[in-house]
Amino acid sequence: MAMTFSFFAVIAIVVVALIGALSGLHFVFGVILPYAAFAIFLVGFVNKVLNWASSPVPFRIPTTAGQQKTLPWISDSKLDNPTTTIGVIGRMVLEILFFRSLFRNTSTELRSGNLVHGPAKWLWLFALIFHWSFLLIALRHLRLFVEPVPFLIQGIESIDGMLQVGSPPIYISDLLIIAGVTFLFMRRVILPRIKYISLAADFFPLFLIFAIAATGILMRFVFRVDIVGIKTLLVSLANFSPVVPDGIGVIFFIHVALVSALMAYFPFSKLMHMGGVFLSPTRNMANNSRAVRHINPWNYPVKFHHYDEYEDHFRDVMKDAGLPLEKE
Amino acid sequence: MYDSDKIIPGLIIFVGLMTFPIWSSIGKAEPKPEPKIDTPAINQMVKKQCVEDTHFMKTSHMQMINDWRDKVLRDGERYYTNSRGEKVMMSLQNTCMKCHSNKDKFCDTCHTYTDVKPYCWDCHIQPKGIKQ
Repeated sequence: MAMTFSFFAVIAIVVVALIGALSGLHFVFGVILPYAAFAIFLVGFVNKVLNWASSPVPFRIPTTAGQQKTLPWISDSKLDNPTTTIGVIGRMVLEILFFRSLFRNTSTELRSGNLVHGPAKWLWLFALIFHWSFLLIALRHLRLFVEPVPFLIQGIESIDGMLQVGSPPIYISDLLIIAGVTFLFMRRVILPRIKYISLAADFFPLFLIFAIAATGILMRFVFRVDIVGIKTLLVSLANFSPVVPDGIGVIFFIHVALVSALMAYFPFSKLMHMGGVFLSPTRNMANNSRAVRHINPWNYPVKFHHYDEYEDHFRDVMKDAGLPLEKE
Repeated sequence: MYDSDKIIPGLIIFVGLMTFPIWSSIGKAEPKPEPKIDTPAINQMVKKQCVEDTHFMKTSHMQMINDWRDKVLRDGERYYTNSRGEKVMMSLQNTCMKCHSNKDKFCDTCHTYTDVKPYCWDCHIQPKGIKQ
């Protein structure tokens, strides 16, 4: 049900864009839609992060995934249980760039009557492949937005196309992202327990990203488009003086509609883990609660009434009753 | 708001990276490539047309040239019949470059604009007087 719904939602975007492009609504699908989607993406993203930032984190809750800092002759795990800011930065870099938490993933199986715990790296590997190729593809697309093309982007472009298979050459990241997204989809279909907890919100981004990659690859190799015209359009979008040249293929508008859908959907979906990973309290806090006192930010000011004050207050009464006093 | 000393700079960096194409283009004229076709060979032609129509050549010339290379080098076929029924010799230097002898004003304009680096000239000799 969740899968069918997501599938037809993506098909609907494709069909709407196809009809729109065929009926000549090039300005709507080439200018207005991407502008609106990009604005929703930026404002929605910032708004979401600010909303998160308005919630306090009451306790030090870093995951202690290694030996804590203790006596000087016991070596502590500086990255998996950091006590310093540098350690936290190291942990976050490993987390964000290399998905260390996922690397530590284990699986528990029943093998010939025994419960066996073992490493489970496939998800980590394909997640890494998927995210890195997505990043490279996004960066590579800057060649169509920026003139002159930055040196770094040219470098990514030539490394990505270094197989030099065919003309235009095949990009390695194109093959990898399809492999990655296929794996992430298949695990939700094949593993019964993952399938059971998968919702439309899990399938929709996968189908959407698959459709974006597929239309991109089709545009490059099958339904050829006028790439100079496309760059003229995209550069004019970046300059806020939009011009839609004639003769750009229909597939381009489908691709743009899908990307716009992804951008507009982004701030309201699980894809916000892009910003959320930086705000994970179990990863971005130093485990120094034995060294530094942390006060819960929502503690209200408590009115203390110390014994000294109590005695001052009731001294006469206490004296009359014969109670022992600390100060006479 | 909590941790604003870290979150606000983080958000500024994020928005800065995402809007890179916008702010990096401020103050730059928008150079649209215009490939020149005023070579002596083309000027002599009565009807100025390429091997196939302009739209096809614009979008798919790279696939065609790649196909030509495979046909000539691997299958030994030297002639291509185009959609007008004419027989054309499949050769970069003797067919394409005969008319489009101005590589720097024709090929390179769009290739530089879209950051395409074809490896034609790894094997072929490029026209004289053009620096690599």
